[in-house]
Amino acid sequence: MSISLSAGDWLSLFLHYMVLSLLSVGGAITTASDMHRYLVDSQGWLSESQFSASIAIAQAAPGPNVLFVALMGWNVGLNAGGMPLALLGMTIAMLGIMIPSTTLTYLASRWGHENRELRGVRAFKQGMAPIVIALLIATGWILATGAAYTWSDWPIWSIAIVTAALVWRTRIHLLWLLGAGALIGWMGWI
Amino acid sequence: MSSSPEARVEAPPEARPQPRSLTDLFVSFTLLALQGFGGVLAVVQRELVEKKRWMTREEFVEEWAVAQIMPGPNVVNLSLMIGGRYFGLPGAMAALAGMLAVPLLVVLSLALVYAHFAGNPHVAGALRGMGAVAAGLIAATGLKLVTALKNHPLGKTMCAVFALATFAAIALLRWPLLYVLLGLGGLACVMTFRKMGRRGQ
Repeated sequence: MSISLSAGDWLSLFLHYMVLSLLSVGGAITTASDMHRYLVDSQGWLSESQFSASIAIAQAAPGPNVLFVALMGWNVGLNAGGMPLALLGMTIAMLGIMIPSTTLTYLASRWGHENRELRGVRAFKQGMAPIVIALLIATGWILATGAAYTWSDWPIWSIAIVTAALVWRTRIHLLWLLGAGALIGWMGWI
Repeated sequence: MSSSPEARVEAPPEARPQPRSLTDLFVSFTLLALQGFGGVLAVVQRELVEKKRWMTREEFVEEWAVAQIMPGPNVVNLSLMIGGRYFGLPGAMAALAGMLAVPLLVVLSLALVYAHFAGNPHVAGALRGMGAVAAGLIAATGLKLVTALKNHPLGKTMCAVFALATFAAIALLRWPLLYVLLGLGGLACVMTFRKMGRRGQ
């Protein structure tokens, strides 16, 4: 697809990501539905398949999942005309999604560290502990089950459960497990 | 003096392993990020807590709570906070750059070759397999951190109640994260706050 973006469009892309950055409690992926609404539905800067491929590739690649935002910016730039604009789009999207949240987190963690003896700060950090630990287990559960529970997914379940048991109880290197998972999938056993 | 029991129990903070320099931070976080397929948190926990011992499990959970409640990618927030703890703003920037710079190049290269392999069923299968492993990795990270609750002010039973309620709300009922953090998290914090006061801490 081919589109054209004015300087004002790039600015509004930047501002949109800055707003989403402040709303992205729980990670940038929680705002992906709004990115879809903005980029695909309302502006038409990104095709449906480019949008979902951006997320899938970033999930499969090593590194933080937030890099899917970089790929979206990259693809918007490609649609607008070539590599230089793709680099511009990537930079704008990444700076937009990162600057507000990192600034806020840095200041908050500095403040929290300087006031770490305050009862309120200690109560917050310790009180959240059981919640965030359960959230991790729940995230694993959601990733393994997907959108719906179906019996045909039992191989995925088994792999996830065996992995969890091995990582919990042994010191096996994580990359061996990922390699084994990739191999099993490559052979078409799941 | 150093033979007194107190001195032996509480090692001075300098004795803890630490990142040596900004370069050490950058390289460490780059390596962490590159090992993290489908999420970096499992690798961060294993490398920083179990291998490098820059932080204890309890400290890790506390930092993770802050990283989780702040907007932005959690694991990026965590790296920023750890870097900042040791070397201030330059440390935070070094850790952040380590987490993002090289992985960004990798993701871009993948995107460039993706078009050729998008339809290949083997590639799609391999991605599915890695996804299943990544799910197990994240769940195991949570299971391991349960030991960090051992000395929690709320006690084991209340911790278990909060953990089970959170799991049910997110994994089974699929409620929005924000409400769970504000509702259950807020309640847990208030109860912890009151417990701390009663114990005279």
